[in-house]
Amino acid sequence: MTMNNMEEHRDDIGSRFGMWLFIFTELLLFAGLFLVYAVYRFLNRDAFQFAAEELNTFVGALNTVLLLASSATIAMSITALQKNKKVLSLGLLGFTVLVGLVFLVNKYFEWSLKIEHGLFPGSELLLEYGKGEVLFFGLYFFMTGLHALHIIVGLVFILVVFVRIQKGRINSENFVHLENAGLYWHLVDIIWIFLFPLFYLIT
Amino acid sequence: MSNNEDKHHIVPFRTFIIVLAALLTFTFISIAVTNYELGAFTVLAAMLLATAKTILVLVYFMHLKFDVKIFGILITAVLALIGAVIFITLLDYIFR
Repeated sequence: MTMNNMEEHRDDIGSRFGMWLFIFTELLLFAGLFLVYAVYRFLNRDAFQFAAEELNTFVGALNTVLLLASSATIAMSITALQKNKKVLSLGLLGFTVLVGLVFLVNKYFEWSLKIEHGLFPGSELLLEYGKGEVLFFGLYFFMTGLHALHIIVGLVFILVVFVRIQKGRINSENFVHLENAGLYWHLVDIIWIFLFPLFYLIT
Repeated sequence: MSNNEDKHHIVPFRTFIIVLAALLTFTFISIAVTNYELGAFTVLAAMLLATAKTILVLVYFMHLKFDVKIFGILITAVLALIGAVIFITLLDYIFR
């Protein structure tokens, strides 16, 4: 089935397997945090519900819509590349990056507002509340912060893939790195799918 | 070369658009549902909808439906493990 004279040493399934194994470790990392959230929420039910009302559901919902849309576009960019539509594929990837950046900008304003209101780990205002509120905002900043860090890593990953597609190194015959970037981006999406209801919705 | 992209399944754009529409619908349903005071049921409904969204992302966006079976088996096992750990821990706290 190989068409070129040079025998390539590639194993695309192996490559995706590696990405999936990495994704499992990421899932277990966040699962530990969700476990901590679940137990502390159970122990401080009223404080968690009270504190969650401080978060802006609209911004959370907007960020959810943005991430879901960007997940769809990166999945579509794989289809476009498979069909040899390089420009369309790059356009969809560019859109994904743009939307990821908008997500981060929203997060920046959201965090700034909380910090301005004196709601941040170790703040005097938070200490006046109680243990439950301290735990809620500690978990909020740590979990959304770790998630935002994953967004940044994902954006760098996608940008590297973008340049490699432009140079033709990733193409309709060899696109496993684009697939892996997609898998990572979808992982970030899945984590947000749980962060959104747990922090913004269940009040 | 059977491990490489030659035999790859090309997912049509339409599939991704439909999945995205379903994901957005689930999101809006979960926002609507949690506006009501349903107590423990609110948490359950939000988590069930999030799980449904996750399955859609895994199966379609992450190509599990079209990829080799082992990935699907492994992710199911990992998610079952996570679910079991959270479930058992909560049982411990609820009936302590």
